[in-house]
Order: sequence, then C-alpha cells, then structure tokens
Amino acid sequence: MPYIEPHAHMVSRTTADYEAMAIAGCEVICEPAFWAGFDRSSPQGFHDYYRQLTEYEPARAAKFGIKHYCWLCINPKEAEDAGFAREVMAIIPEFIDAPTVLGIGEIGLNKNTVSELAIFEEHVEIAKKYDLPILIHTPHLEDKLKGTKLILDALKNANVDPARVIIDHVEEHTAGLVLDAGFWAGMTLYPESKCTPARAIDMLENFGMENIWMNSACDWGISDPLAVPKCIQEMKKRQITRELVEKVVYDNPAQFLSQSKNFSIDG
Amino acid sequence: MPSKEDILDLYFMDARCKLIDIAAFLDRVDRHDGNTDFRFDGFHKALEAMQNPGDKPRAQAVLEALSDHSEEPIPKATIQGAFGAPQLNTEN
Ligand SMILES: [Zn+2]
Repeated sequence: MPYIEPHAHMVSRTTADYEAMAIAGCEVICEPAFWAGFDRSSPQGFHDYYRQLTEYEPARAAKFGIKHYCWLCINPKEAEDAGFAREVMAIIPEFIDAPTVLGIGEIGLNKNTVSELAIFEEHVEIAKKYDLPILIHTPHLEDKLKGTKLILDALKNANVDPARVIIDHVEEHTAGLVLDAGFWAGMTLYPESKCTPARAIDMLENFGMENIWMNSACDWGISDPLAVPKCIQEMKKRQITRELVEKVVYDNPAQFLSQSKNFSIDG
Repeated sequence: MPSKEDILDLYFMDARCKLIDIAAFLDRVDRHDGNTDFRFDGFHKALEAMQNPGDKPRAQAVLEALSDHSEEPIPKATIQGAFGAPQLNTEN
C-alpha cells in the first residue's frame, strides 16, 4: 500500500533501507533535522548536515522513486549551549529556500531546561518570520509529560496557528493534551521507548483519525524503517478499513505537509 | 470493529508472555544482591497505577506514574538521556 513516512532520519540509514521502504510502498520520506548520534563540534558541522539533508538525501531517495523532504533546526539535545545553538540557527536562512525544505523542525525539548526552552521559542520565531510549519519533538520517557506541557504553553504564548504545528512522539498521556489544543499529533513506532503498532491503533481508536499521523522515526538507534508498513499490517488485523488506513498513512500526512509550499505528491 | 474475542485472539498470547516476563523480572531483582533505586520504585508505582487507574485508561495511568510531574524548566541538563522513571519524589 502506498504510504508516506513523515519522520525518518535517513542520514543514519543504509541505501538498502531506502530500497526496502520503496518496495514496501513508501513514496515520500520527510527528514527532520536532529541529533545524529553524537554532538557536533562546530556550526560548520551543521552546515555540512544541512547540505546532506537538502542535497544528498533527496538524490539518494530519488534512485528508488522516493521523494525526500526535510525540516531544519538545531535539535534540543544539542541546544543546551544557547550561544552555540544561536550560531547554528544563523545558518538556517541560507538553506531555507532549498526546494525540499518543509519548515522548522524537529525543535522542542529534551531535558526540559531553561536554555532548551529559550532556543525552542527562538526557533518558533524563525518559523513565524518565514511563514513555515513547525515539527516538534517531545522529550523521552519520564520527561515527556512535563515537556509537552511546557511546549504547549510556549506555543500558546507565541500565538502560532496550531493547524500548522505537529507535535510528535505523543503517547497515551500526551495525545489528548495535544489534540484538544488544536495541534496535529504524531505517533512514533519505536521499539522500547515510544509506542508499538498495537498501542498506536489503540490511540487511533481512542482519539480519532483526524489530525494524526504515524512514523518510524528510524534513526541511529535500534529502530525500524519498516515500522509504518508493519503497522499497516496490524491495522488490517484490527479490521480497520482500507479507506481509514490510507487516511492515516497517506492522506493525513499529505494534508498536513501540503501546508508547506515546497511539498507536492505529484510528479 | 473487532470483538473482545478477536482482541484476545490477537493479543492474549503476547500479553501473557509480557506478563510472565514482568514477574520474572521482579523475581530476578529480588534474587540478586545490591540495592534497587528510583526506577524500581517507579516500576512498583506504575504496577499499582495499572491495577487502580481511577478514572483514567490504564496505559495513561502507567505513563503518568512514570512521569516527572514538576512544572518549571530545570536550570541545566546534567545528562542527555532519560531513565524511564522520575528521579525526584514528585507529587501527582
Ligand atoms: Zn526524530
């Protein structure tokens, strides 16, 4: 079945993963800027990373008929040093007009620190200045609930249109907070630390099929680039109609992403 | 929509396996020397939340039992990762 992978870190994956995803039906991959498994030592390291995201990965994906888009930012894990983060953020405008850039992301919080929050708010201002959608990373494990609440408060203070913001990695204790506030929610199918296909489907049953997508967030960690097609299988076992499956894995991400002027599923 | 029987057919064996794994994990910790820490306390709190979730769905109650409930951003990160259970003794 055709699907969109709206959150994957392909810089950490092999070309064989692209091939497997294409065979499984993947037509579009969106790659938020994130941690690459280690802290980069200079803003120049991020300059290279943004080139990788905007030039090399789209070319690698195209060999398998997959469209590759990206989001730009400095991720919260590397934003604890605010001075360093601001130097990296100063590079972003240089790449913002690249034809495959969707918006600002994945920004957010990691350990819910004062500095992370300040850099998050400054990223939101960049998105507002350039009129771009936002993709948000919520913290891991015990930090997720608090971080989600801090993020929701900051977004309300910044007066952003919630329809243009997706808050990713929701779980059962945060999905309601996000959706009730009018934001989009992303569910991440990630072994151990996030959610299983069975739980993702539970959340669809409990919270509805509107303004929600699912992704693998496959990256440098133990993760699965085929998590979305595997969840499609699980949805079939759960007797979800083909129409609704398509809505969750294709139409919903296409609807949200179409708010980026660069996004197109045709051609 | 699948029936309760369908859900049992799909997930009972998997849930049974995970339940026994949890029991064996608790036995394993008991059997070995040394001390437990806040993670084990959090685990027990989460088991209790699963049995007595109040008006919340069980998964939500378990996740909340394993969450940091403080509200202010912390001054500085001391680690990049997370433990899976809150280190502070926070009030719900
Ligand atoms: Zn990510």
